[in-house]
Amino acid sequence: MTTYDLSTDSLRALNQALHEEEISAREWRITHPDGAHNIACGVNDALCIDIDGHVGYYCAGMNQKAQITIHGNAGVGVAENMMSGCVRIKGDASQSAGATAHGGLLVIEGNASARCGISMKGVDIVVKGNIGPMSAFMGQAGNLVVCGDAGEALGDSLYEVHIYVKGEVASLGADCVQKEMRQEHVDELAQLLSRAGLDDDPASFKRYGSARELYNFKVDNATAY
Amino acid sequence: MCGIVGLYLKNQKLESDLGALFAPMLEAMTDRGPDSAGFAVYGDEYASGIKLTLQGDAAMDWEALAKRFESTLGPVDGWFTNADVGVFKLGVDERFALAWLAENAPEVRVLSAGQSIEILKGVGLPNDVAERYGLAGMKGSHAIGHTRMATESAVTLEGSHPFSTGLDLCLVHNGSLSNHNWLRSKLKRAGISFKTDNDSEVAAGYLTWRMAKGDSLTQALKGALNDLDGFFTFTVGTQDGFAVVRDPIACKPAVIAETDDYVVMASEYRALAKLPGIDKARVWEPEPGKIYVWERSVANVEAA
Repeated sequence: MTTYDLSTDSLRALNQALHEEEISAREWRITHPDGAHNIACGVNDALCIDIDGHVGYYCAGMNQKAQITIHGNAGVGVAENMMSGCVRIKGDASQSAGATAHGGLLVIEGNASARCGISMKGVDIVVKGNIGPMSAFMGQAGNLVVCGDAGEALGDSLYEVHIYVKGEVASLGADCVQKEMRQEHVDELAQLLSRAGLDDDPASFKRYGSARELYNFKVDNATAY
Repeated sequence: MCGIVGLYLKNQKLESDLGALFAPMLEAMTDRGPDSAGFAVYGDEYASGIKLTLQGDAAMDWEALAKRFESTLGPVDGWFTNADVGVFKLGVDERFALAWLAENAPEVRVLSAGQSIEILKGVGLPNDVAERYGLAGMKGSHAIGHTRMATESAVTLEGSHPFSTGLDLCLVHNGSLSNHNWLRSKLKRAGISFKTDNDSEVAAGYLTWRMAKGDSLTQALKGALNDLDGFFTFTVGTQDGFAVVRDPIACKPAVIAETDDYVVMASEYRALAKLPGIDKARVWEPEPGKIYVWERSVANVEAA
């Protein structure tokens, strides 16, 4: 176990150490993050990283392979552009959690704020609490699972993201509709909940997705792109 | 960008430490706004007249001004200087005092007027501004601060926050307003005066206008959510109140923390990380379009 105390050690040195080509320590603990930005960004190795406290912006951004657990709240853009691995937040996440992320699993045990999963491109996001407005805006691929309620304009201008919500949805965004929950979706959701370590009943969720009625889905407009 | 911070004490025993708790919060937001900074401290209440915070150039003779006040305007119950600022407690009506100043000492800038508010602000790094005025040693019940990265008007003392357009009311703003010119001319016709072309000053003027018409702080902020167009996180101070509100899109960040001793807000958690008891505080992000108000330790949240 390697411990970095950010009240005394520099953040730049920490991130540099996490980017070394040959890393012998597989387990890392980061203490006193005190809301600092860019903690453990761009990790590209199967490390296990625990962060004790609240983090600032873009924590675990661009993550590949690493298992990163934040024992606190996360600021704007946690796990943005994640490619693989797993990021787990024990507290709440600020806006744009998992933005543009291509892969991996993002678990938020508290609530997520606005624009959770905005422009997501393949990541799986599981939120135990509620999510804020405009979540999964222009989501292209992946899954968004919400065990609580969703804010306004959920799934606006959606492409192919699967959205599962257990609680209430304040309103759906443009072109987002409720869809039938078939067995394949129950199975998919059961697997997502299991990976996140949650035991909610998949049958108690509703599924939402794109109606594919917007301009960009019409073949007549293909020449415009 | 800009950073904003606010600290509202619920435990009166902490009032002598207000500045010591608040100064590091302001400095922690330097990255968000390094070009100018300012703060409003509420304390040292003067109930039998008006307390004015005035700013003058280096050659300003504050003692002569005090004598002129006394000989022509009315009793001066006390005055002191702090760097380039003079704070005067005058036993007269605020309208007479401000009219007298405009007529007789036009070179003096009025930074704030009220019974407890003192606004201090200027160009430079937040830490330099805080040290210039000795923020860390100040006492009071609540404080609101701002670190500025200018977008809508020039980097000047006048353009720095907090803005105050009425007695004991001040506002700090992170964001930008798009309908401020139209609103400014409307408010001018309603008798609100402005010192700058700054968009945030219009937001302060709007609240002054609403509250002068009898609105509570909550009602005035509800009106602001309808009438102000643009991006904003506002933190507002009144003589005994403290409020936070974000626009319905909520692009501009904010974090609130509350303990039995205080309510505190900042653009980022970094500014709160060193406060005593923060590890046990309830920490949350204020929701878009919701009004959060604390007045004399009565917490009150109302949906817009």
